[in-house]
This record gives sequence, structure tokens and C-alpha cells, in this order.
Amino acid sequence: MDLTFSKKETAFRDEFRGWLAENPPDPKPTDPGEDAQHAWKRDWQRRLYDAGWAAPHWPTEYGGRGATPTESAIYFEEIGRARVPQAANTLGLLLGGPTLMVWGTPEQKERYLSPILSAEEIWCQGFSEPDAGSDLAALKTRAVKDGDEWVVSGQKVWTSGAQYAKWCMLVARSDSDAAKHKGLTYFLMDMEQDAVQVRPLRQITGEAEFNELFIEDARIPDANVVGGVGNGWKVALTTLMNERAGLGFALQIRLRQLLDDLIAAAAERGLLDDPLYADELAELHVRTESIRLLAWKGLTDAERYGQPGPEGSLVKWLWSDTNQRLTELAVEIIGPEALTSGTDWSYEQLRARGNTIEGGTTEVLKNIVAERVLGLPRLKVAA
Amino acid sequence: MDFGLTDDQRQIQRTARELLTERARPERVREHAEAASSDDALWAELCELGWPGIALSEEHGGQGLGGIELSILCEELGRALAPVPFLPCVLAGAVIEQAGSPAQRERWLPGLSSGKIVGAVSLAVDGTAELVIGGGEAQVIVLVEEDRSARLLEREQADVSPVASIDPTRSSARVSATDDAGEPLEGDVASGLDRALVAVSSELVGVCDRALEMTVAYVKERRQFGVPVGSFQAVSHRCAQMLLDTEKARSTTAFAAWTADSDPERLAEAAAMAKAAASDAGREVTASAIQAHGGIGFTWEADVHWLFKRAQLDAALLGDAKRNRARLAGILAEQGSALGVA
Repeated sequence: MDLTFSKKETAFRDEFRGWLAENPPDPKPTDPGEDAQHAWKRDWQRRLYDAGWAAPHWPTEYGGRGATPTESAIYFEEIGRARVPQAANTLGLLLGGPTLMVWGTPEQKERYLSPILSAEEIWCQGFSEPDAGSDLAALKTRAVKDGDEWVVSGQKVWTSGAQYAKWCMLVARSDSDAAKHKGLTYFLMDMEQDAVQVRPLRQITGEAEFNELFIEDARIPDANVVGGVGNGWKVALTTLMNERAGLGFALQIRLRQLLDDLIAAAAERGLLDDPLYADELAELHVRTESIRLLAWKGLTDAERYGQPGPEGSLVKWLWSDTNQRLTELAVEIIGPEALTSGTDWSYEQLRARGNTIEGGTTEVLKNIVAERVLGLPRLKVAA
Repeated sequence: MDFGLTDDQRQIQRTARELLTERARPERVREHAEAASSDDALWAELCELGWPGIALSEEHGGQGLGGIELSILCEELGRALAPVPFLPCVLAGAVIEQAGSPAQRERWLPGLSSGKIVGAVSLAVDGTAELVIGGGEAQVIVLVEEDRSARLLEREQADVSPVASIDPTRSSARVSATDDAGEPLEGDVASGLDRALVAVSSELVGVCDRALEMTVAYVKERRQFGVPVGSFQAVSHRCAQMLLDTEKARSTTAFAAWTADSDPERLAEAAAMAKAAASDAGREVTASAIQAHGGIGFTWEADVHWLFKRAQLDAALLGDAKRNRARLAGILAEQGSALGVA
């Protein structure tokens, strides 16, 4: 066991930290509107791109730096530490690009990867449906072959950034006679067509991070099938695996920052040695450190054995639960301000309720842990 | 950055697991627990192998290995519930090595390394410790007061009376000493205690691991309503929670063991985190093990209760979860922002 960083890793950290210090993003726009915020994030990604820092985990041949998983984690730690905005095209950088690298044809890689990196073309993810959430493979959006095109109809939900997206990673049922997981195909759907309608989905925070997609006879050329017809489930799993691995690292840093903010707020109010609050604050610190350690362990396992294991589910579960507990304690420590609309802490508490649902509900994660880590028998459910 | 064990460390773990699987079978542990006796043959064998001195310096007859190697052995002995005074001995070794004078180290460490001397460490109030683990046989006892002043007592210098604790796999005693008895330990008591906390936490991780393993095996086997009870989510989700608690304890304990050797600046914080996580995990995971075993889990015949009992004593040993969190809150107050990236 060696929990220090190598010279090369430290040099990587120093270089990026230095760059961030010298090239800070513009101040967050005062206009809270989605458009202004998106433009700000897009501009930020463009700057990262120009300096070669948009996606260091991508191989050099696709415009990345070929960073190791450890370096990539360092990258996200530094992003978190500097409190810079998320890149506008995070889904393309973390999910779409890596999925194409595994499953895409040479032509697809040539066509799509570079505009992802530069934020020229924004990507969104069309997986979940109103009747296919945890049970994703039950999705009903249909794709019917028509000459060298596919005609797609259906409804998608929880598609963040859809209003800005050029391309949608869309999973649809291309063979309704095949078994549930086998009749699916993964497409890249052009969002710029009238057949695709985007409606914002207002969430409990009042904002609309996500959208619903209404798709009626959208056209997708055959060349935009990724990974072959009927292979959509496997390709989608590649996307989902990357979701847990990459985003997870950024999230644990965000948690660390929130906890530091809360500890500072508690200190200001003289509550750090008040036993009513100190015990829970210390427990949150233990959990946050444990998440950091488990995240790093998962990462070094991935470096050693190639793939992140299903243990990643433990990290996501512990993270989401801890973030909720943190924001609940914040309400007690901060007081009325945390119950006033528009304040940071009121937002954090409301937003945290989504954490145990998005990216795999805690209930599904427990099933994964029970079945795939502990090897317990699977509950028999209707196919 | 690498969380894995080295080949040598893996070898120690494998050897320990194999030896204890063979020598500390559940039937044998039960025999000793029911007779409230230590397994002298096993203890002699472990001493022969140099286990008690694994982390003590070669100068004092130890093997000169580190906190991680010690942690591995504690975990394996905890898994096996071995009825030997290993843990109290290594606690005494850690505190005397860090806090003893050269003469005190010279006097006690060689015997603690070889296992010829049994030691014990306990928190005390005004010279009295009500439940000293290993106290039944200890020849040297370290008492630590609330203000962290510590003194070293030879058995004859204290009033020692055996106590039957709920965990009969190890001896316990009430120890009381007058104000002038024994010698003060004037070195770095805090660092010794933190290393001791890592050892206790490691044993708890082993107890959790075993409790989870037994529970998973049981709920796969036990059938009700025509299916294994482990297929019910009320049961399987409990098992998942047991794993989460165990991994939280394991990750913080591994970090603390590493800091003991490589980053002593963070040892106090890491040891408090480890003991807080491991104490909670030990109690919750073993309680869950009893629950998931159903009626059989509540019987004397099933072995899970030995784990539950060991966990209760270890959880309290040298400070429970709450006390360690209070300490941690103090450390956080001092250091301010903790965005520590190792």
C-alpha cells in the first residue's frame, strides 16, 4: 500500500493546478437563466480545449493526453478544488466520447469526437423513459427501419442539456419480437429536427436541469447506429459504467467542499464543540474521507485489473446518503437562511433529494451489491 | 497511489488465514470460550512465529515490520476470534514503544515481542479500570487517565481481580492502583494510543468480515416460503448494508495503518476516524448477523454471538465511537478546512 503520488502524477497535478491559477474562468454570470449559464460553461470548455485540458483521459490520438485513471482523478480533484464550472459538454466528454471509442466505427470517431472536445456539438443522453427508469431495458421508444434510415418515435425523460444538444445518445427498441435486452439499438440522433420536441422538466428546486423529449417519426441514418443493430444494451452499459467512474470522482470533491463550508459555518457559530452538532459533523467527516478512500481504491483497482468493479455502487450509495445527511445538518446549523428560497443551503438540501435516485436508485444499488458483490440469490421478478 | 498490499504483505495475510482456519476452528474457539480459557498451544505457536513482535523494532526482538503488517494480523485474529492475548499484548507494545523511556523499553519490549510477557492497556479513572481486556493474565498493565497521562504497572503493583466479561474468548480483570504505584510513561503517549486504536480497529474489521461471511452463507442456505431467505430484499439489503459498514471501517482503518508508518502528521485524525467507523461497524454488523440468522442466531449454539460479544468489548476499548468523533471534531476545529488530498 502506498497512498502517495508518483513524481509523474505530482507533475501532472502541478501543471494543471498552475494552468488553472493562471487561466481562471470568467465570473459566474449574474443572470441565473439557463442560457447565460450554458454560454458561460461553453466558453470555459472552449478555453480548456484550447489548452488541451478538456479531456485529459482521452487518448492522445483523439485529442486527449492519454492520462491514466489516477491522473484523470487528479484532474477532477483539481477542477473541484479550484471551484471552476463544469464543462458544458460533460456528457459528451465523459460518456459519449468514451462509448464511441469502444463501439464506434472509424468514420464515427472521425466525425464526432473532435466537436465533443471543443464543445462545438453538445451531447445529451436519451436512456430513461416514463415507464423505464430503474428497469431501463423495459424502454418502449421504437425504431423502425425504412430504407437506409430508421424512423423513431417515443418519449424520453431526464435528458439534461437537451435544449442545447446537437446529438442524443438514444437507446430504442429496434426489434419488438426479440427478448427484452436483445431488441435494443444505440443510435446517435440529430436533435435539430422538428420531430424532436424538448420540454423542460421542472424539479423540486424550481429549476429545470432536465428535460423531457417527445420524439415523433424522427429520422436517423443507418450510419448513426453505434455498436450494431440489436447490441444497444451492451453499448448502453459502457456508457453507464463511465457515468459511475468519471462523475463519481467529481462528486466526492464537491461533497468535501460542502462539508468544509459547513464546518466553517459551524465554527463561526461556535458549534464545533457543541456535542449536539459535533458528533454528526465528525461522522460526516469520517464518511467523506471513507468515500475518498473507496473512490481511490476503486480507481487503483481499475488501473490494476482494467475495469472498475461493482464496488463502485457502494461509493455512489454512501455518497448520496452522506450528501443528504450533510444538507439536513446544514439546515439545523444555518437556521432560517437555509429554509429561505434562493439561498445556497436551501438549494443544496432540495437538490440532494435527487442524489439517491439519479444514476441508479439506492434500492437498485443495494440489489447490485447483494447480487453481484455478495452473490446472494436474485429476487425472481417478471421478465 | 496504490491501495493493494505488497506481495510480502499478501503472503503474511495468506499464511495467517491458513494457519488460523486450521488451528482456530469454531469448535475449538467454542471449547475455550465455554471453559473461559486461553488457547495456550495456539498462543505458543503464534509466539514461535514472532507474531506479537511483528511491529516492534528488531532491537527489541521484534520483526521491525510496520503498522500495515500488524493490522493484517489483528484482522485475521479477529476473523478467527482466536482465544489468545494477542491484541492486549500489541496494545501494550505500541504504547510502551512510543511512550516508554529507554529503560522501560528495554525492560518490557523483548518480552512483549516474544510473547513471554503478556501486557494490557486500558483507560482508567483515578487509577481504576473496571474492565481491562487481557487483564486476567497480564504481567504488565498500562493505565491511561482522562488527561492522557499514563503509567506502567507490574501486576504486583496493582490490585487485579478477574472479571467475567460477556466475551469469554479473552480474559478480563478489574485493575486498581494507588496514586504512587508504578512508573509514569513520559514519552509520546498519544502516538502510542493512536497506534493501539488502529490495532483494535483492525480486529473489528476482521470481526465484521467474518460476521458478514457467515451471514451470507446462512441466508443463501436457509429457505422459507420455498426460497432462500437471502432472495428477499429485506434480508439482502441488510447484508448490503453490512458490507457498506464493513468497507467504511476497512478503508479508514487501512488509511490509519498507513499513516502510522508513512504520514504520522495525520495519524491522530486517521486513528480517530478508524476507531469511530470500526466501533460502529463492529456493533451494527454483528447485530445484523444475529438478526439475519433469525431464531437460530439467538441461540447459544450458533457461533455469531461470539462475534457480537467480541465487537462490544472492542468497540468500547480505548474509547468508543462517540468519544472518537468528539476527538475528531476537536481536530477539525483546529485544522480548519480539511480538503486534504493525500
